[in-house]
Amino acid sequence: MIRILFLIVFAISLWVPAFNRINPTFFGFPFFYWYQILVVLIASVLIWIVYKVEDKKAARK
Amino acid sequence: MKHLVAIIVFLVLIAAVIVMGFMAGRWKGGDLAHIEEWGLGGRRFGTLISWFLIGGDAYTAYTFIAIPALMFGAGAIGFFAVPYTVVCYPILYLVFPKLWKVAHKYGYITGPEFVRGRYGNRWLALAVGVTGIAATMPYIALQLIGMQVIIGALGIPGHLPLIAAFAVLAAFTWTSGLRAPAMISIVKDLLIYLTVLVAIIVIPVELGGFGHIFAKIPSSKLLLAVPPSGSFGAYSGYATLALGSAMALFLYPHTTTGILSSAGPKVLRRNAALLPAYTVLLSLLALLGFMAVATGVDKLPQFAAGFAQYKSSFAVPALFLHEFPDWFVGIGFAAIAIGALVPAAIMAIASANIFTRDIYEPFVSGSKGSAETLVAKLFAMVMVMGALVFIVAIPTKFAVQLQLLGGMWVIQTFPAIAFSVFTRFFNGWALLIGWLVGVVSATWLVVHNIFGAVWAFHVFGYTVPSYIALATVVLNAVVAFLLSIPLNAMANDRHKDETEAADYA
Repeated sequence: MIRILFLIVFAISLWVPAFNRINPTFFGFPFFYWYQILVVLIASVLIWIVYKVEDKKAARK
Repeated sequence: MKHLVAIIVFLVLIAAVIVMGFMAGRWKGGDLAHIEEWGLGGRRFGTLISWFLIGGDAYTAYTFIAIPALMFGAGAIGFFAVPYTVVCYPILYLVFPKLWKVAHKYGYITGPEFVRGRYGNRWLALAVGVTGIAATMPYIALQLIGMQVIIGALGIPGHLPLIAAFAVLAAFTWTSGLRAPAMISIVKDLLIYLTVLVAIIVIPVELGGFGHIFAKIPSSKLLLAVPPSGSFGAYSGYATLALGSAMALFLYPHTTTGILSSAGPKVLRRNAALLPAYTVLLSLLALLGFMAVATGVDKLPQFAAGFAQYKSSFAVPALFLHEFPDWFVGIGFAAIAIGALVPAAIMAIASANIFTRDIYEPFVSGSKGSAETLVAKLFAMVMVMGALVFIVAIPTKFAVQLQLLGGMWVIQTFPAIAFSVFTRFFNGWALLIGWLVGVVSATWLVVHNIFGAVWAFHVFGYTVPSYIALATVVLNAVVAFLLSIPLNAMANDRHKDETEAADYA
């Protein structure tokens, strides 16, 4: 069940206490902002992995 | 004319897009007399076109004005739009490829039609359909308001330009159907990406880097307030706003239409991973609100009238006018205005599909007539006119409040649509009662809360501020679940299901 990766997407997006902070900053961005933008990219990769794995499984059948 | 160059660039781009809208009817040839062709583009858009279409559909002009405006006015809480448009994609991946398959097999063109096929209950389908149309009307109106701010910022007064824009919108919607916004969304999105990338590079350079921009934001707006003890405070408010909005996003008629017009489940699964590119764009756009704070555009005398009229919605237009040469202002403003036309057209078409298939045919004509495309086209015109009346006759404040309520209503269709692609446990009447409980409780709480979206619930001695939509849809689901047990025992409606288990595999 590769879809378990979706749980990670929900957790890293919605667990606010983990990212409501200023430091460390990155290129002048407070953590709150650059972290959430990074999460977008991570989520995109995780969803793509789920797609690829399930697509392969469907092709083998 | 203060911004003559900007106005010329703006008008040229809009004119080009209108020509495209009319030509789109001949694209990917199909017989537009069929409602699946007019209202769903023949279900043949591939990964790339669907990416543009769903992106252009979900990230509207209103979003592009309202999210930076929220950041400008309220600060960090406005950034909830970013996790919102992240967690919507696992939901898209899990629910909607299944819906597409069933809809394709049985020829459904709307969400409510699926519900009727699944439960054999036209009243439940009516509730889902009317909810969608009611939520869409103020949403179209807000697209027009986004456009109005832009036209106002160019220094063109009055309602006339807006009425002209929507007459044109109505005309190409009539002739080309969903193909028009599909084709236009490509231009719109390229213009938006261009505008935002330029803005996000040029403005920080002028302001001395992002560090300087964030340094000018008062600390109370830079982060969410740390919750007091015994309360989840702004944390649960932020997370529930994101999750509740994500659950509602693809249940809106226009987004469901965008999804069903794709060529298949594979296109949707891929796009669940590819559409987050728009979220990156949106996050950068949101930061334009902070750039407007840092430049202090609201304190410049030339923008005083604009801010007085449009409040914080004027932040982004003012920022563009202040930072960019006139010709580039024309491009940016055209991007936003076209960003209003695309979703407005899809919204009108989607509502028309629902009116035809879920109200007119089951309740008035009694059958799928050969005239169904004509009925749909006429209702699309009603939607556009209705939205225009909204703008001209009703204060903006009410459109915003109704749009807030619309989100609360639309999420109440989540159990009937999203749960039903996984299970046939529920009873149709139980879902209808759950829907009613959800709509009434959400409306009551929102009005009681003087149109604030977040209500402080008290659970086991804790204060849990929550997006009202999310809390009430949980209540809705619990009611539907508990009532399904006795109702299925007394009057089981499973034999009315015209779909089969294999359709959902």
